Amino acid sequence: MKQSYGYQAMLYLFSIAICLVMVIPFVWSLITSIRPDEEIFMLPIRWIPSGLTVSHYVKAFELVPFGLYFSNSFYLAMMGVLFNLLLGSLSGYAFAKLHFRGRDTMFKILLAAMMIPGVVTLIPQFFVLKHIPFVGGNDWSGVGGNGLLNTFWAVILPGASGSFAVFFMRQFFVSLPSDLQEVSRIEGSGELRIYWNIYMPLAKPALATLGIFTFQAGWNSFLGPLIMLNDPAKKTIQLGLAAFTYNKQVDFGPLMAGALIAVVPILILFLLLQKYFVQGIAFTGTKG
Amino acid sequence: MASVSKLSRHQSRMGYLFITPTIFLFVIFTIIPVIMALYLSFTNYDIVSKNDFIGIDNYKRLADDPIFWTTLKNVLFYSVLYIPLNIIISLSMAVLFMRKRIGVKLFRTAGYLPTLTSGVAAATVWIWLLNPEYGLVNELLSKIGITGPSWLAEMPYAMLSIVFVTLWQSVGANMIIYLAGLNGVPDHLYESAKLDGANAWQSFRYMTWPVLRPTTFFVSTMSIIGALQLFDQAFVLTKGGPANSTKTTVYYIYQQGFGQLQMGYADAMAFALSLIILVFSLLNMKLNKEDESII
Repeated sequence: MKQSYGYQAMLYLFSIAICLVMVIPFVWSLITSIRPDEEIFMLPIRWIPSGLTVSHYVKAFELVPFGLYFSNSFYLAMMGVLFNLLLGSLSGYAFAKLHFRGRDTMFKILLAAMMIPGVVTLIPQFFVLKHIPFVGGNDWSGVGGNGLLNTFWAVILPGASGSFAVFFMRQFFVSLPSDLQEVSRIEGSGELRIYWNIYMPLAKPALATLGIFTFQAGWNSFLGPLIMLNDPAKKTIQLGLAAFTYNKQVDFGPLMAGALIAVVPILILFLLLQKYFVQGIAFTGTKG
Repeated sequence: MASVSKLSRHQSRMGYLFITPTIFLFVIFTIIPVIMALYLSFTNYDIVSKNDFIGIDNYKRLADDPIFWTTLKNVLFYSVLYIPLNIIISLSMAVLFMRKRIGVKLFRTAGYLPTLTSGVAAATVWIWLLNPEYGLVNELLSKIGITGPSWLAEMPYAMLSIVFVTLWQSVGANMIIYLAGLNGVPDHLYESAKLDGANAWQSFRYMTWPVLRPTTFFVSTMSIIGALQLFDQAFVLTKGGPANSTKTTVYYIYQQGFGQLQMGYADAMAFALSLIILVFSLLNMKLNKEDESII
């Protein structure tokens, strides 16, 4: 496997060029967010700031209630994770390890639904959430109030047990041996106990991966919250950031600070769980 | 035997119990909405008052709505650029970062980094980078003697910018998927191909590419579904401008449905768009199958 040094050097140069394109936007927005105001609009550009300031971060929090939006987004993303892990693993386990009539047909329908474009269900979901009976001022027939609209449930419930979560967990449980199940059954354990005490602890890597995906999806989602949440106190960080860019006289310092704040939780999650991240994508990728 | 059937009854009861919450949510938030979408597209539903059956009026209106056709043209133009480029770039990155070279982990991480951002955050950062006067992109271009355009405000460049930003944000994820697919090619195959005198292109063309066919199918299908539903980046970067040149169909559906409250009409559009997505997905499936028989 001897390749010429020139060829190797070219590959390296190419790799480095790609990485620069991928990383420079982060670096540049970080520099913009910590440099003094008057230096932001200075030509020609200077890479090294003359001084450091946190004033843009302070201003970002003053212009937009980022603290509130941050905790709203966190709550929504965490609820998404909890629901998907629990419901996804329950049904994934059932589809993989339990036998019942209609199992394979139901699983196929669930899988096929992954292909339905989100835009089709968008408006009817709005309709359904608005007309859920007995909540948000609605009577038994679902008329009168706003149903679940403008509550966090309007964002949580439609994504609470996605086809992807079920599919992902099923693939994992299929790969685990069934012997454990047989043995426990002979010893007289119930199915719920077998699922919870034996298979769930083994599924930790899969749960971690799915958790990361779900958190990322929940944290980054935009169109759903945009439609379902109108109450300013319920807005998410993505909505806040988008509203921020609507400002006519854009203040790029605070804007870059805001954009970075919106990325930080995912970045930390990624750095902590990098191993699972890549494994998880590899896993779903090859199964696709 | 009695105990066995009791056991299997218990098992199937528990099976149904386990899937009940998922199926319940699935019916309420997927099955019913899909049926309802079809029904609503034949009504003039506007949230507030009306909900009358008006037949195919929405679809007739759709056919005569120039903005709808413009948005469709926009997303098709976007897709035609975005999908092949996405596959070519992410595959090249995977091939480039496949071998265990020094620093390859760093390269992979850097390549993956943008996929962690949201469409909104990515767009926000790029608004600044693409700023015509103070943006980094035009500044760098001026260093090599090119006067960059006002990227987000001029006609062909606005859509090209969106293509670029969405590529920046998504090629990393597909690179990882391709890297996973490449794990399926044992190293010794490359070694022996080399011994047989195959050059880099030949071993890619006759080994890597066929092995990656299922991965490419997966990546292209997901790209089609995503690309034709472009929204976040267009909403933040250009707000559909200039002159509707970056207004996407989902953007228009959002405006008609939730801005004008013309939900029936918006649903007709959503249905039309998903039919188009379906056609393209089937086409993609067919394309992939046909290729296989050639090889």
